[in-house]
Amino acid sequence: MSGLLALPIALPIGAAAVSIVVGRWRAAQRVIGVVTLVALVADAAVLLARADSDGAVVGQAGGWEAPFGITLVADRLSAVLLLASLATLLAVLVYAIGQGGVERNHVGFHPVYLTLTAGVSAAFLTGDLFNMFVSFEVMLTSSYVLLTLGGRRDQVRTGMTYVVISLVASVLFLTALGLIYSSAGTVNLADLATRFTQLPVGERQALALLVLVVFGIKAAVFPLFFWLPDSYPTAPTAVTAVFAGLLTKVGVYAIIRTQTVLLPPGDRPQVLLLSVAAATMLIGVLGAIAQNDIKRILSFHIVSQIGYMVMGLGFFTVAGLGGAVFFVVHQIITKTTLFLAGGLVEHRTGTGNLDRLGGLVRTAPAAAVLFLVPALSLAGIPPFSGFIGKFALIDAGLDDGWWGVVAVSLLASLLTLFSMTKIWAGAFWGEAEPVGPGHRLPGLMVGATAALTALGLAVAIFAGPLYALSERAADDMLQGTVYVQAVLGR
Amino acid sequence: MTIVLAAAAAALFGCGTFLLLQRQLTRVLVGLALLSHGANLVIILAAGGRGAPTFVGGDEDRALLDPLPQAFVLTAIVITFGVTSFLLALAYRSWLLTGDDEVQDDVEDRLIVTRWSVSEELIDAEEAALAAHAEDVARREMDEEAHR
Amino acid sequence: MTRSPIMDTIADLVFHSAIVLSLYFLFAGHNQPGGGFVGGLVAAAAVVVYYVAGGMDEVRDLSRFRPWTILGGGLVLASLAALVPLVAGDALLQSDYVEGDLPVLGHVKLTSTLLFDSGVYAVVVGLVLMVFEGLGDEPEAEDHT
Repeated sequence: MSGLLALPIALPIGAAAVSIVVGRWRAAQRVIGVVTLVALVADAAVLLARADSDGAVVGQAGGWEAPFGITLVADRLSAVLLLASLATLLAVLVYAIGQGGVERNHVGFHPVYLTLTAGVSAAFLTGDLFNMFVSFEVMLTSSYVLLTLGGRRDQVRTGMTYVVISLVASVLFLTALGLIYSSAGTVNLADLATRFTQLPVGERQALALLVLVVFGIKAAVFPLFFWLPDSYPTAPTAVTAVFAGLLTKVGVYAIIRTQTVLLPPGDRPQVLLLSVAAATMLIGVLGAIAQNDIKRILSFHIVSQIGYMVMGLGFFTVAGLGGAVFFVVHQIITKTTLFLAGGLVEHRTGTGNLDRLGGLVRTAPAAAVLFLVPALSLAGIPPFSGFIGKFALIDAGLDDGWWGVVAVSLLASLLTLFSMTKIWAGAFWGEAEPVGPGHRLPGLMVGATAALTALGLAVAIFAGPLYALSERAADDMLQGTVYVQAVLGR
Repeated sequence: MTIVLAAAAAALFGCGTFLLLQRQLTRVLVGLALLSHGANLVIILAAGGRGAPTFVGGDEDRALLDPLPQAFVLTAIVITFGVTSFLLALAYRSWLLTGDDEVQDDVEDRLIVTRWSVSEELIDAEEAALAAHAEDVARREMDEEAHR
Repeated sequence: MTRSPIMDTIADLVFHSAIVLSLYFLFAGHNQPGGGFVGGLVAAAAVVVYYVAGGMDEVRDLSRFRPWTILGGGLVLASLAALVPLVAGDALLQSDYVEGDLPVLGHVKLTSTLLFDSGVYAVVVGLVLMVFEGLGDEPEAEDHT
């Protein structure tokens, strides 16, 4: 039981170590990376099946019992997000191998990518707040390196912004941990859930708010999103795609986890979260409309879509939170696919600037199709997964009478469609622009993008069972006692 | 002792924030180091006074200190150590590239800021500069790949 | 680079005693102050002395292995220590120990955590050597980055 839980964290670190030792032997590095991720996807699938049928899988590192040792927990929420993330990581690794570029030119790419995998898995699986800090650091430190691989001038500049902002968030996180430990005497999430109910209301709300600010920076919610559209576009495509699909979603996961576990039902910051969500959706999409480069437009959309997830959490109902979980899964896959497709365009033509693109629907039909499907899904056009996710969220909002935020989300959705149309009209339709020294698209790149697109379609086709699973996960979260019982056994 | 530690943490946070707002990367780096020291002090404070038993019902006679916060701090120090050396490398890289470790302006940002407030010619000039820069970057990437 | 004979002599002296101290920290770490990280840092400080005395070449001469090989090897060791208990059916990172009386050292206790700590020790030393490799040289020799 414990082995299944430990593998997603320990195996990639071990694989990264071997990957460093084999060094310049590129073929070996590739085999190690792909084999590790395939094994982890299988492991995560088994974890999800177990967590769904028998309840949360719990393990203790080092054999120390729950409130004292390091607890690893895979409940429905963690397991489903872990599976989606690992599948995405696998597809992007294949894409990076196909593209060459950064993957071929830097010995460090594979080890750092595997370390990033370990960090993401650890963040989903850990059952205590301090280890969440450690896993965030593992993940972020790897992301710093990936972002600046190559060391070009603009990468150094934007990398610096990203590193400094993340470090400030980490310092705040550390301070929050100190304060939480001194008032509750534990950092184990399940233990915190019971002890927080004994604290004065003001104290626990202040602590939960501090944690919300920390994860808000990581998840890029309004007004803490400013670093994201600036730093993501300069990285190599595969790296940006992974960041877009995963890093902010890990932040959202942390917000969902802490806000439901730390605060009892009466105290949850409903109005605050919904206002933040509305502002995030609107500002993000307006920012996207102002931009003129594919990657920058998509980066602003990351921010906008985070708003929908926070909105789902903000309702604090089974329907809302279930919609949010479903939406996170849809976003992890769809957002990554979009960035990969945008990367196909850039690889083909040598630019992502809409003014200098055109007519790609004839010159690169594969890229056009692979862009269109996730773009429509993102905008929420039926029958794609984005429509189902948004429909569930809006339905949940209307049930509780939150008219304002629902109206904002519909407006944001319309504007998303507008800006997707802008990319489509600018890059794919119209006169074929004379492009620079372009490349042919390697089969692996197209294949990986197509596989993720297919996965996105599968989310739409199997939306029924997946949404039911999300609702069961949401039910576990909102009850709170399920999680505590699984970890502490009482 | 608590008040001294708290004051020290406050001073570290203050100085760290001040340095963080400077434009030179080396100062930003020192600022971040000070901030994280401040956070570590807060955690040490969280351990509570000396002599309190670590666990409820633990050994009351022996003066033990809760070891968990110290483990936290050690972990945090290790992480800061790694990240600081990365930042140093980045600052060094920036100095190699530009001869300075000042944080550069974002061209795209400046463009959007100036779009609404200045004359058309200036926008055209900036856009031309930006396009030239983008082309330059793209060409250099192509060259690098062709090189390999 | 001009070299000072006093510094050279002292460097030899300090380097070796610091390495011994770092090994002491590594072994004592399980129950007393010390451990892999602290030991590794002391060993790294010993390397700094050589760097101050003789520059980057002197540091490179210290070991046949490249820094990333040391770092990777350490990481392999540490992750083995984490993964092996899983194979044996225990929890991740679970440790075990043996006790015994040795001729000179007296009563000793060896834990399997030592393997993990040695890994950490190598990672820290490797990391510091990599930092030297990247930042310690004169800028002119840095074109290859």
